[in-house]
Amino acid sequence: MDLYEHQARQLFEEHGIVVPRAEVADSPKEAREIARRLGGRVVVKAQVKTGGRGKAGGVRLAADPAAAELTARQILGMDIKGHTVGKVMLAQPVDIESEFYVSYVLDRAAGRFLAIASAEGGMEIEEVAASRPEAVARVHIDPAEGVTSAKASEIAEAAGLPAQTVDVLVRLWEVLVREDAVLVEVNPLVRTEQGQILALDGKVTLDDNARFRQARWGAEGMEHDDPLEAAAAAKGLNYVKLDGEVGIIGNGAGLVMSTLDVVAGCGARPANFLDIGGGASAQIMADGLSVILSDPAVKSVFVNVFGGITACDAVADGIVQALDSVQLTRPLVVRLDGNNAARGRAILDERAHPLVQQATTMDGAACRAARLATSG
Amino acid sequence: MAIYLTKESKVLVQGMTGGEGMKHTRRMLAAGTNVVGGVNPRKAGRTVDFDDRRVPVFGSVADGIQATGADATVVFVPPAFAKAAVVEAADAGIGLAVVITEGIPVHDSVAFHAHAKAQGTRVVGPNCPGLITPGQSNAGIIPADITKPGRIGLVSKSGTLTYQLMYELRDIGFSTCVGIGGDPVVGTTHIDCLAAFQGDPDTELIVLIGEIGGDAEERAAAYVREYVTKPVVGYIAGFTAPEGKTMGHAGAIVSGSSGTAQAKKEALEAAGVSVGNTPTETAKLVLACLERRRAAAHS
Repeated sequence: MDLYEHQARQLFEEHGIVVPRAEVADSPKEAREIARRLGGRVVVKAQVKTGGRGKAGGVRLAADPAAAELTARQILGMDIKGHTVGKVMLAQPVDIESEFYVSYVLDRAAGRFLAIASAEGGMEIEEVAASRPEAVARVHIDPAEGVTSAKASEIAEAAGLPAQTVDVLVRLWEVLVREDAVLVEVNPLVRTEQGQILALDGKVTLDDNARFRQARWGAEGMEHDDPLEAAAAAKGLNYVKLDGEVGIIGNGAGLVMSTLDVVAGCGARPANFLDIGGGASAQIMADGLSVILSDPAVKSVFVNVFGGITACDAVADGIVQALDSVQLTRPLVVRLDGNNAARGRAILDERAHPLVQQATTMDGAACRAARLATSG
Repeated sequence: MAIYLTKESKVLVQGMTGGEGMKHTRRMLAAGTNVVGGVNPRKAGRTVDFDDRRVPVFGSVADGIQATGADATVVFVPPAFAKAAVVEAADAGIGLAVVITEGIPVHDSVAFHAHAKAQGTRVVGPNCPGLITPGQSNAGIIPADITKPGRIGLVSKSGTLTYQLMYELRDIGFSTCVGIGGDPVVGTTHIDCLAAFQGDPDTELIVLIGEIGGDAEERAAAYVREYVTKPVVGYIAGFTAPEGKTMGHAGAIVSGSSGTAQAKKEALEAAGVSVGNTPTETAKLVLACLERRRAAAHS
């Protein structure tokens, strides 16, 4: 789960990293009040979970509270790369002397966290990394030792950062570990003209697997913009809405991804990703089917199950259960293989619903579902 | 001979007495796995009956090893206890730890991977279906009755895609199938399995299944080009998958790759791997390759 900038700022502050004074507003009026409290002149920053805010006009300087109100009015509700701005953060401006980049990120290949640091911070860090890799230091962190002062000094030295940043590097590691983050990034970390080191902007991605021991976030970040995704999430389904017309249900993320590809290869577009997981029950199957059938864009549905742990007869029972509770108005192509497949197929044969067809191969079934969706 | 797991392997099950542990221990035993014990400190000294087999429960992995000479463990414990379970197994000197548990925090898995590596323990997983050497032993949750022993080695991130390919090629059979798991950090990689299959006389051809995200497949492709002389057939899932969560600037910098299915397919093909567009087409490529080799051997 990605945090908003203001949430990342709060975590940094809690762990003793110096950040600019700032507050969050969700209305222009509130923005004016905050600007007044912060001394008048403020930076108004859109709170969205995507990069490129500055270029999109989502970060602007306001000279006084009235200007802050006006600017907030312009930024609130803006669309930045598909994200609607619901909140702005107002921060006291600082006089920047130099900008740095520091982050800790999971290096999947090494199986360790990696410190990345550069004395050339700011917006174009990716370009710096590509064009002049020697300007970006990379230091792996031993998980048993973490980032000690000695390690932090090594990172700072490798990147050519001032010694003052060592303390920030140690504290930033504490943020990563204590909050169960998989990424913490400060860009830019600045030295002000007064010589203070300050985290001006930050990004934190938390580990969803650690929710059980990071209770403070609750349902944060679990909100779904799409009503179908919200309905599916409420039923505990792993569902993602897409733009096409073939509804897809399968078991196992890999097989479902593969199913999307095979349907696309047959010339239709998948309407969704839905993984009912291993060992799925009839109820989960029925829930999944009802979510997909409530999508008006769906013209046909492809149920693709390879029963490893999942029993195909339970899947068939779930389909029959769904047929009893949902009015099926679009064709359903079902391919069952593996564990108890013969029994599953027999259950569907017996139900003999006119809109339910069975297919014996994954490729054949995908193309049939694609044809049914595109032939009108 | 197969890789990592044979009929000689003596297998402990950590979390055997839980629901998933019971269900899958029964299946493992039915598949011929030599399950020599379960581990649960609160149930030490008891036994659990699985049909005709009585399996003892030990208080620790170390006790289990001492009593039985176990050299492998399958971990079913819940996410909150997985790190302690793997560290315990590694400290006890187990050779192979297969971690089935899904949902382990990444800081925990980074820690236990480093610890296991230092202790010389091979970890498979986490968040994986485990591995099977058909006809010999099954460590994990892969259904044993899909296929039979044969000469194909398979390595995959995805469980159900593994099953699908095992099913498509059920008449040819497999030496060993390894589900390495879908987590960002796994103990055994595509490359580890490629190296092991390359050195395994029972493996004639290798199937490599990957999916979007990370750059493990690109690195595997580079390894194939450099070190693998056996034929490799690939499959990548996720060409039309929705764009996943990006890791900000830092993620792109680390991987140096877009992580797309297309990039992975191209990297594999550039290394001489034939890549199928669907699981079925991939199976056909395997069959065609084996046929060519038979023909060449006879000419």
